[in-house]
Amino acid sequence: MNPILSARELRKHYPSVRAVDGVSFDVAAGTCFGLLGPNGAGKSTTVEMLEGIVRPSGGQVLFHGEAIGHRYRERIGIQFQSTALQDFLTVRENLRLFSALYRQTLPIDDLVRMCHLGEFLDRDSRQLSGGQRQRLLLAIALVNDPDLIFLDEPTTGLDPQARRNFWELVRAIKARGKTVVLTTHYMEEAYLLCDDIAIMDHGRVIARGSPQQLLADHFGDSVLELPAVAVADRPLDLPVLCSGDRVEIMSGDVDATIRALQAAGVPLAQLRIRSRTLEDLFLELTGEALRA
Amino acid sequence: MRRLWAVTWARSVEFLRDRSALGWNLLFPVLMVVGMATVFSGPERPIFNVGVIGEAEFTAATHPFFATEGTRFHHEDDEAAAVAKVERHRNDLLLDLRVSPARYWVNPESQRGRLLERLLRASDPQAVAQAVSGRAIRYVDWLVPGILGVNMMFSCMFGIGYVIVRYRKSGYLKRLNATPLRAVEFITAQMLSRLILILVVTTGVYTGCNLFLHFRMEGHYVDLFVVAALGAISMIALSLMIAARISSEELSGGILNLLSWPMMMLSGVFFPLDGAPQLVQTGARVFPLTHMLEAARAIMLDGAGLAAVSGSLAVLAAMTGVFLVLGAGLFRWTQD
Repeated sequence: MNPILSARELRKHYPSVRAVDGVSFDVAAGTCFGLLGPNGAGKSTTVEMLEGIVRPSGGQVLFHGEAIGHRYRERIGIQFQSTALQDFLTVRENLRLFSALYRQTLPIDDLVRMCHLGEFLDRDSRQLSGGQRQRLLLAIALVNDPDLIFLDEPTTGLDPQARRNFWELVRAIKARGKTVVLTTHYMEEAYLLCDDIAIMDHGRVIARGSPQQLLADHFGDSVLELPAVAVADRPLDLPVLCSGDRVEIMSGDVDATIRALQAAGVPLAQLRIRSRTLEDLFLELTGEALRA
Repeated sequence: MRRLWAVTWARSVEFLRDRSALGWNLLFPVLMVVGMATVFSGPERPIFNVGVIGEAEFTAATHPFFATEGTRFHHEDDEAAAVAKVERHRNDLLLDLRVSPARYWVNPESQRGRLLERLLRASDPQAVAQAVSGRAIRYVDWLVPGILGVNMMFSCMFGIGYVIVRYRKSGYLKRLNATPLRAVEFITAQMLSRLILILVVTTGVYTGCNLFLHFRMEGHYVDLFVVAALGAISMIALSLMIAARISSEELSGGILNLLSWPMMMLSGVFFPLDGAPQLVQTGARVFPLTHMLEAARAIMLDGAGLAAVSGSLAVLAAMTGVFLVLGAGLFRWTQD
C-alpha cells in the first residue's frame, strides 16, 4: 500500500482533557477512509489535525510521506460540517472567490456539472436548500482539484433523497481516483462509501478494517427482531435483549432459534431477521448509540 | 405567557454565561461615568471664548466687558494668530486693550460673535470693530471635515471590526483558513475593500455638497486626499487590532462603541477643543481622528501643504504601524 496520508501517534491535549491520545493509521491513495466515533470521541479533533487546521500536541501528519506544510493546503479540499459563506454572494460568485485562492483550479463549468449546481448558479447562497448548500460546499472543496478530500459529516441534516444524491457525488469523486476521508454519524453511509474504517472512542482507535471485515471479525450471528408483546410471559430459553417496544435475539443458528420460538408459542407474523450492521458493531464497541 | 418567560429566561442565561459580554456590560457604564465625570467635572463650562491682547487683568474695573458672565477670557500674544482664531471660530471675539478706544474682531459668520459684539457695545460704546482679514470662515467650512471624518471613522470601525468578528463566529474565517490564503492577505484585502469604499463615498459626498455649500478650500485636493486616505487606513488598522481575536459580537460592539463615541466627542468634530481642560486636549491626541481633522482643516482653511502637516501625517503613520503589528500578532482565524 502506498499511503497518501498517515497519522503518526497523533495527540491533542487540552488543559482538562486528552482529546486525542496517540492515534496512528495510514490512508491508501484512491480509497475512502471513514472515521467513526461517538460524540466527544476525538474524531473531529483528529480530522482537524489531519487537515492542518489544529496543531497537534504530539505526533505527526504525513502527506505522501512528508510532514505537511503550507503547500499542503493547495493539495487538499475540505468540506466542514457547518460553514458560513459570505453573505449576498451567488453560487457562481462563491465558486469564483474560492477558485481565486488557489494556483491550480478546475474550470467552474466542470464543478457545476460535477456537483449539479446548474439550476441555482445565480442564486444567493443563503437561499439554498440543505442539499443544494452541501453540493455547493462540496464544489468549493473540489475547486482546486485536490488529491485528498475531507468530508466532515457532509450529509448530517439532509433528507434521505438528498443524502443518496450526495453519496452518488462521492462515488463519482472516488471514481476519479481521489482519496476521501469521511466522518459520519450514519453507519449506512460508512458501509456504502468506505473501503476502510477506523472507529474511535476516548481519543483512541478501537477498531480498524473494511466494513465487511470488521463485521466478520466481530459477529458470526444474526438478529431476530420481534414485538415485545409477542414474547411477553412466554418461557424462552434464549438470550433476549429489550429495545424499546421490540426485542432482539442474537442467534448463530437462525433455524434452531425459530424452532425454539415456535415451540414456546411465540407468534412469528412480525418476525424480522437481519444481519449484524455497523451500528450493532458500534454499539458493542463504544456502548453508545451514534445518534445520541 | 409561559413561552414568553421561557424565552426571556433562556436569553438572560445566555447573556449571563457569556462572560465577556457580561463583563463588558458592567464595565462600560462605569467607564462612561468616569470618563464623562472627568471631561465635564469642575465649574460650569463657559459659553463664550474671548481672546484679549494687552496686559489687562480680567476684572470689571479694568474693562466693564470682563463682567460678562459665562465667558472665558484668555490672553493672546500674537495679533495675527489671534485674528486667525476668530476667523476659524476658535475664538468668538478678540479684544485689543493696548489702544484706546479698544478695538475688537468678530467673525460676521459667527452668531456667538455677533451676540458678544452687542454685549461689548453695551458695556463699551466706544469700542471700534475691526474687519477680519480675507473671506470669513463659515462654521460649515470648519465643520465639514469633522462630519466627513466622523462618518469615515464609524465606517472603518464597524465595517471592519464588527464584520471580522462575525466572520470568525460564523466559521467563515475557519473556511478561509483551510485555503492557501494567508492572514496578511486576508487583512490587506479587508483594508483595501473598506479604504476604496470610504474614499469613493467621502469624495462623492464632499463633491456633491460642495456644489451647494461651496466649501472653503485654500490648499490642494490631492493633499486633502492623502490625509483622508492615511486617516482612514489608521482607523481601519485600529479596528483590525480590536477584532484580531474576539469572537463575541456583543463584546466587540461594546469596545468599538467605547472607542468611537469618545473619538466623536473629543476629536474636535463639532467644536474646537481650545476651551476644554488640558487633560481632555492631551487625551484626544490618542485618537487618529484628531490628527486627521487637524491636518484636513489646515489644508482646507489655511492652505497648508503636506510638509506643513507632516507632523500629523507622521503620527497617523506611526499609529497605523503599531495597530497593524499588534493586530497581525493577535490575529486568530478561529474561536479560541
